[in-house]
Amino acid sequence: MDYQKVVFPYRRAPDQGARTPARHPVVVVGAGPVGLALAIDLAQQRVPVVLLDNDDRLSTGSRAICFAKRTLEIFDRLGVGAGLVDKGVSWNTGRVFLRDQPIYSFNLQPETTHERPAFINIQQYYVEGYLVERAQELPLIDLRWKNAVTAVAQDDNGVQVTVQTPDGDYALRADHLVACDGARSSVRSLIGQEAKGRTFRDRFLIADVKMAADFPAERWFWFDPPFHPGYSALLHKQPDDVWRIDFQLGWDADPEAEKQPERILPRVRALLAHSAMKDAPFELEWASVYTFSCERMASFRHGRVVFAGDAAHRVSPFGARGANSGVQDAENLAWKLAAVLQGRAGDALLASYGPEREAAADENIGHSTRATDFITPKSEVSRLFRDATLQLARDHAFARALVNSGRLSTPATLHGSPLNTPDRDEFEGSMMPGAPASDAPVRVDGRDGWLLRCLGTSRFAALVFDDAGSPAAGRAVRALHQAADELAPLDVLLVAADARSRVEGARTVIDAAGLVTRRYDGRPGTVVLLRPDQHVCARWRAPDAAALRQALRRALALP
Amino acid sequence: MPLITTPHFDAADAFYEALIDAHRELSSAQSHELNAKLVLLLANHVGDRGVLDEALAAARDSVLRAPPTLSTGNRR
Repeated sequence: MDYQKVVFPYRRAPDQGARTPARHPVVVVGAGPVGLALAIDLAQQRVPVVLLDNDDRLSTGSRAICFAKRTLEIFDRLGVGAGLVDKGVSWNTGRVFLRDQPIYSFNLQPETTHERPAFINIQQYYVEGYLVERAQELPLIDLRWKNAVTAVAQDDNGVQVTVQTPDGDYALRADHLVACDGARSSVRSLIGQEAKGRTFRDRFLIADVKMAADFPAERWFWFDPPFHPGYSALLHKQPDDVWRIDFQLGWDADPEAEKQPERILPRVRALLAHSAMKDAPFELEWASVYTFSCERMASFRHGRVVFAGDAAHRVSPFGARGANSGVQDAENLAWKLAAVLQGRAGDALLASYGPEREAAADENIGHSTRATDFITPKSEVSRLFRDATLQLARDHAFARALVNSGRLSTPATLHGSPLNTPDRDEFEGSMMPGAPASDAPVRVDGRDGWLLRCLGTSRFAALVFDDAGSPAAGRAVRALHQAADELAPLDVLLVAADARSRVEGARTVIDAAGLVTRRYDGRPGTVVLLRPDQHVCARWRAPDAAALRQALRRALALP
Repeated sequence: MPLITTPHFDAADAFYEALIDAHRELSSAQSHELNAKLVLLLANHVGDRGVLDEALAAARDSVLRAPPTLSTGNRR
């Protein structure tokens, strides 16, 4: 399938003939990466979803191309990870150049013992295409193309949504409406809300250039390169021999003029001329000129209407925090919506989505803003310090750490979330309450595997650390099942040194390399409780059933 | 740890001379560059976020309170 050309047929939905508006538990607006991820996640948790998109095509142009490790782990859970990683270009290394000299390189994944790389590059239309194909396998997803939302009204009983189609308008009712309809969200304006923040006075040309080129699969960033003096440039490798090149243009550039091939081709030729691929033939596939903003809605939840992805928050692209944080929003929301709709939790759980993801958005906005200030300094003195930092970086290690060509996306640790149970025992390392669970190599059922793959799809899970059948582990497993009884489905993994460890009610995963133990600071009897979105919510050295139950209730926002 | 603003130089006058001397034969633009680099080098050496914040605040406060004639290069 050529994902750039596919057109999805409009189909009249049975709802469109209904005499009173049909009611659905969840209506999602926007079938981009975030809306699709949310719909698949909900369907996997047996929640039916109506997914509306105002168009009938996938993303035009490569747009979001850098998909981070955490997003890949989420995609694995949604059933699309393997395909995307196979097609995509994996990378871990970034290099920064000042003029024609390399000054700094960084490895985003120095620990190699994880299933997924730090990043893959792949065009947004592939991501959407694979997600659409996955959605089409799930009968609980009703994906409606050419369905544009034109009015939204909520009352005590639900949300009334007016939808415009080629066949005319119709109305729907939803218990919950989730807006994943992008930076210019119509749902957001329809409910009278705005995103507030800052727009940067600069413009970037982004171009997809098809060429057989020898640059390595690394993120290359230039400050003041000889081929584009006084400005910045960025190079990424994508699948199909397509290269993404970004050229900073400055605020005074004319966006319409700069999109013309006759302006773009010489820029690309100049870049190639300074490389070993001087006369390589190339073809321009797509180009766009953009300005960027860092902004967000004050609150991502307005009653029964919830916002995720760019509809809720927007960042400048340095750091790849846009689509990645949007997919992480969807993951945060899906299990909460499912729990509420299935009667396992109340509104307080849904209410936790806003604060958790608003805090994550602030973290992403902070990083993206700092990077943008460094890349496009806006005052004389800001430029003075920026250039001073770049020059010192040639000779001094401390300055290299200051060079900010983008702090690449890592998933937010949900510090201070009310769903976390604060540590009462001492632990080392980063698997604190709120942290996304770290992957690690394990052996399970006689085969090599990965810890995150052993976590049940969208269920609570507990890691119990064992030491050759210690009674503490057995007690912990029993206490966990007791605690979870009638609260939430729970998978228990016994993390053991070898296959001799067996406890009823737990699945044994062998920590052959000891990395689960190291990364989680596990000792015999340690229990780590994970939310359905694979974030740690509690951990103890030797919990009793009461403590476990309290932590589960807390994670569900139950009183 | 608070910012030290009581005398702390090994040899204050000698440092002062060295500071001015570091700028010899530099253009105005180069001097600004040197100052910026010196700030970054020394800030990294200090490291402590609290001390740095205090220093930034003290410097900014001094700028904002300084009478206009002192803050420009224009003297009789």
